[in-house]
Amino acid sequence: MSFLPKSPWLVHYDASSCNGCDIEVLACLTPVYDVERFGVLNIGNPKHADIFVVTGSVNEQNKAVIKNIYDQMAEPKVVVAIGACATSGGVFRECYNVSGGVDTVIPVDVYVPGCAARPEAIIDGVVLGLGVLEAKYGEKGKVAS
Amino acid sequence: MDVTATTVIGILIYLAAAPVVGGLLTGADRIVSARMQGRYGPPLLQPFYDVLKLWQKENIVVNRQQKVYILGFFVFVIITGCIMFGGGDLLLAVFALTLASVFLIVAAYSTFSPYAHIGAEREMIQMVSYEPMVILTVVGMYMATGSFSAADIARHDGMLFLHLPFIFLGFLFILTIKFRKSPFDISMSHHAHQEIVRGLTTEFSGRDLALIEIAHWYENVFLLGLIYLFFAPVPVVAVAVTLAAYFLEVFIDNNNARLKWQHALGSSWAVTLVLGVSNVVLLAFR
Ligand code: SF4
Repeated sequence: MSFLPKSPWLVHYDASSCNGCDIEVLACLTPVYDVERFGVLNIGNPKHADIFVVTGSVNEQNKAVIKNIYDQMAEPKVVVAIGACATSGGVFRECYNVSGGVDTVIPVDVYVPGCAARPEAIIDGVVLGLGVLEAKYGEKGKVAS
Repeated sequence: MDVTATTVIGILIYLAAAPVVGGLLTGADRIVSARMQGRYGPPLLQPFYDVLKLWQKENIVVNRQQKVYILGFFVFVIITGCIMFGGGDLLLAVFALTLASVFLIVAAYSTFSPYAHIGAEREMIQMVSYEPMVILTVVGMYMATGSFSAADIARHDGMLFLHLPFIFLGFLFILTIKFRKSPFDISMSHHAHQEIVRGLTTEFSGRDLALIEIAHWYENVFLLGLIYLFFAPVPVVAVAVTLAAYFLEVFIDNNNARLKWQHALGSSWAVTLVLGVSNVVLLAFR
């Protein structure tokens, strides 16, 4: 049995998001939604985090940053892409400098749609991520890494 | 024979109960903090879930020596508590705790990370801030009871608080630093956001981080034990004051923004000089 779903710590990165989704992510921490009820902490340090929450589309400037944050996280880890931009590029998809959603750089486990994604949807996405986290913990050691 | 028996029992109880008490207090701290902020807060056992989870995570080791230093921190924090709860020399316990802190600082330095370096430097400034008051506290206890031994101080009849009221207040002040609470959480904070990532612990993950957290619980119980000693003759009052002191720290934590290190250093030395030294002088001329 793993304790990962009981204490998911997040690291949140704003890849060229319009800030709409960021505000909704932070809204989850406020008294109205209070995700700390489920042990969720916005830890702000990739080395301590279990869940990587990305908002906004990927561009040439932040590709390396996203990759770097992902690589610094300890296994098992899960990536949750929040909002239309992070899932597919959204309204910025056709921009000359945008390469699309987060999955063009790192593997994404959960896609949360919406523009902006509502806090309820974000919490739902993170809870889905917990299941993936648990599954990844179960596979640990079985897959050569 | 009798003394050794109580020593062994004291140490065993400390080893087994301190992490449980420390973890529960941390859980209560998080709930109370959440309520003060108008939130519901995590379950009481959340700190234990966190540590167990960290135990199951991958441990990213930046520098292999860091494990030795972190283990040193862990072991010496426990030794500190064993010295006090075994009835040993309080002055030795205080210096053992200093040694533990130095181990943690060296561990942070060994990671070569700029964030951890800033955290380590700030931790040293914190040590400079609180160390004089901690030593004065123990010296005051010696002057009041004629012994450095925790067992003698605990058995001393007459409440220590009545001889050391100012030292008690001064100790409460630096307790905020020791508990890593705002406004003095300059090296490492338990709250989500701060500008230097996670300060001292930035580069630690997995089991190393879990060990630091457990050591922190042991340390908290030791510090609350010192508070208890001020009121030792009446255990009910002592426990009540200890819990009240902890609650006060949570309250201060939630009502203050973080100060600059200059203010932390200046204010704690001013408090030490005014409250600590005046109390010692009063005792000397009694
Ligand atoms: S999905 Fe909409 S709200 Fe979210 S970052 Fe993109 S444009 Fe902004």
